Amino acid sequence: MRFLFKTHYNQDIDHLKHGGDRFWYGLLLVLAAAAPAALGTFYLGELNLVMIYAIAGVGLMLLVGYTGQVSLGHAAFLAIGAYTHSLLLGVGLPFLLSIVAAVLVSALVGAGVGWIALRMTGIYLAIATLAFAMLTEQTISRAEWLTGGFRGLAVPQASLFGMPLTQGWQHYYVTLTLLVVTLLAALNILRSSTGRAMVAIRDSEISAESVGINLAVYKTLAFALSAGITGLAGALFAHRLGYLSPDAFTFLISLQLLLMVVVGGVGSMRGVIYGALFIGFLPQLLAIARDTLPPQIAQAPGLEPGIFGLILVLVILFEPQGIFGRWLKIKSYFQLFPLYRRATHRRQKTYLRTERLR
Amino acid sequence: MVNFAQGDLMMLGAFVAVTLIGDFGLPWALGLLISVLALAVFGYLLDAFVLRRVLGEPQFAIVMLTIGLGFIFRAVAGLVWGYDPQSFPTPYTGKSLRVGEIVVSYENFAILLGTLVLCVVLFLFFRHTRLGIAMQATSQNQLAAYYVGIPVKRVFSLVWAISAGVAAVAGILLAPVSLVQPGMGFIGIKAFAAAVIGGFGSIPGALLGGWIIGVAEQFAGVYLPAGFQEMSAYGILILALILRPQGLFAQIQRKKV
Repeated sequence: MRFLFKTHYNQDIDHLKHGGDRFWYGLLLVLAAAAPAALGTFYLGELNLVMIYAIAGVGLMLLVGYTGQVSLGHAAFLAIGAYTHSLLLGVGLPFLLSIVAAVLVSALVGAGVGWIALRMTGIYLAIATLAFAMLTEQTISRAEWLTGGFRGLAVPQASLFGMPLTQGWQHYYVTLTLLVVTLLAALNILRSSTGRAMVAIRDSEISAESVGINLAVYKTLAFALSAGITGLAGALFAHRLGYLSPDAFTFLISLQLLLMVVVGGVGSMRGVIYGALFIGFLPQLLAIARDTLPPQIAQAPGLEPGIFGLILVLVILFEPQGIFGRWLKIKSYFQLFPLYRRATHRRQKTYLRTERLR
Repeated sequence: MVNFAQGDLMMLGAFVAVTLIGDFGLPWALGLLISVLALAVFGYLLDAFVLRRVLGEPQFAIVMLTIGLGFIFRAVAGLVWGYDPQSFPTPYTGKSLRVGEIVVSYENFAILLGTLVLCVVLFLFFRHTRLGIAMQATSQNQLAAYYVGIPVKRVFSLVWAISAGVAAVAGILLAPVSLVQPGMGFIGIKAFAAAVIGGFGSIPGALLGGWIIGVAEQFAGVYLPAGFQEMSAYGILILALILRPQGLFAQIQRKKV
C-alpha cells in the first residue's frame, strides 16, 4: 500500500496523485504519440476510431456515469455533430471553426433535450431520448434538401493550418489531441463545483435539491456538455466515414455507446477508454471467432447485434462495474494480500419503490 | 420492472405459433394455446435464471439487461427461423365481416376482440385476485411486499410469465396483418409510447394511448407529407412527455419527503 503524505490542500484534487501515476500516464502519452511510427495504416485507423469512440464515451459518461441520466439516443448527437461539421465544411468554413460550430449546435440541441428531459427520470428519460433519436434519424432521412437523405452526403476534405488532412496519421494526431483536451476538460469539470453538483444529483436528486443545487440548471447543463462532446466525436467520425447517411446513426450506435460505458465501468473516465478499446476491437475479435464457428452460424446476418446483446447481459449480470471495477478489485486484492475480502466491493441493494397511489 | 424486450417476446410468440400451426399442422386454437403457454413458461424461466439476479440493482441495469436480451432474441430468431418474412395462416384469413355500411376484415376484428378480452381479463385479474393484488403490491414497494409475506421472487417470475404470455397473444394477433419476421418486435417501441402516454401501470391508459398513437399515425399518413407517419408516434410521445409526463391516467406522484 502506498501512503500519500500531503503537504498542500491542492493535492486532494490533483489529477495525478503521485509519481507512479505521472510516470505511467506520461508513458501512455508518449506511446500514443509514437504509435503512427510503429503501426500500419489499418491499425492506426482502428486506433483512430477507438479514440473517436472514447470522445463520444466521455460525453456519455458525463451524463450516465456522473449525472445518472440514462440516454438511449446519443447516436442523434453524433449525427448532429457529423452533419453540422460536413455541411459547414462544405460552405467553406475552416476546419477548426466548423468543429467548434458542430460542438455548439450539438450542445444547443442537447440543452433543448435536457430541458424537456427535466420532468423525467429513469426509464421515462430513456424512452424520451430514444424517441428523440428516432425523430432525428427520420428528420435527417427526410430533409433531403439539406442532408441528401439516403443518397448520402460526401464529407468535404478538411485542411488544418493550410495543410490538407489526407493521411491517416494526420487524422490520428487531430483525434489524439482532441481526446486529451476532452478528457482533461471533463476531469476538470468533474472536480469543479459543477461536477460535484452533477454527482450529487446522481446520488440523490432530493438531497441535492435540499443542499441548494438547482436541478433544472445542472441537468440541462449536463445534457448540453454531454451532447457537445458527443457532437465533437461526431465531427471526427464524419471524416472517418467519408460519406454520411442516416443509417450510419441508428439505435445500434446509441446502444454501442452505452455498451461502451457499461462495459468500461460506469462512473469512471478510465472506464471510457477501456470500453472504447473493447468496442473498437470487438469486430476484429468477432472476425477471428467466426473462423472457429460452424459456417451456418458464423455467416448468419444479424449475429453481431446478438453478440453485443449477449455481452451486455453478461457484464450486467456478473460485473456491473465493468472492466474498471474488475481492475479495482484485482488491484485491491494484491494491495491487501492476504487480507482481501469480497465484501469490500459488495454494493448495497436498493429495492424498487414507486410512489403509486392506486 | 420495465421490459424493453417485450416486442421481441411478441416476435418469439408469433414465430412459435407459425412453427406449430404452419409447419406441424396443429389445429389453430390448440397451436395458439400451446404457444402462449410455451412463452409463459419461457418468461418464468427467464426471470428465474436471469432477471432475478438484478433485483435490487439500479433501474438502469434492468433497462440495459432487457435491451440486451431483446437483441439476443432477435439474433436467435434470425438464426432459427431466418430473416424472410413469413405469412401466418389463420382460419379467418381473407374473410370479412359486414355490419351495415362498415366492412371489417376478420383479421382486424380478431385483433379488436382479442384486445378487449385480454384487457378485461387482465383488469379483473389485477383487481380481484389475491395474486393480482400481490403483484400490484410488489410493484409499489418490493421491500414492504416482502415484509407482509408476499413471495416477491416468485411473484416476479409469474409477472414475467404473464407478460410473456400476453406478448405471445399480441404477436399471434398481429401476425396475420404484418408478416412474421425477427424485426417485427420494433413495434414494441410504439407499444411503449402507448404505455407512457397512458401512464405506466394503468391498463385503460395503455388502451387510450395506443388508440391515440394509432389514429394519429393514420391521420398523419393521409393529411401530412410523407415521412410524418413514421415520426408521429415519437413526436406525440415527446409532446406527451413534455405536457404530461406522468401520463393521462397518472399513478405516480412526486415524492414527498
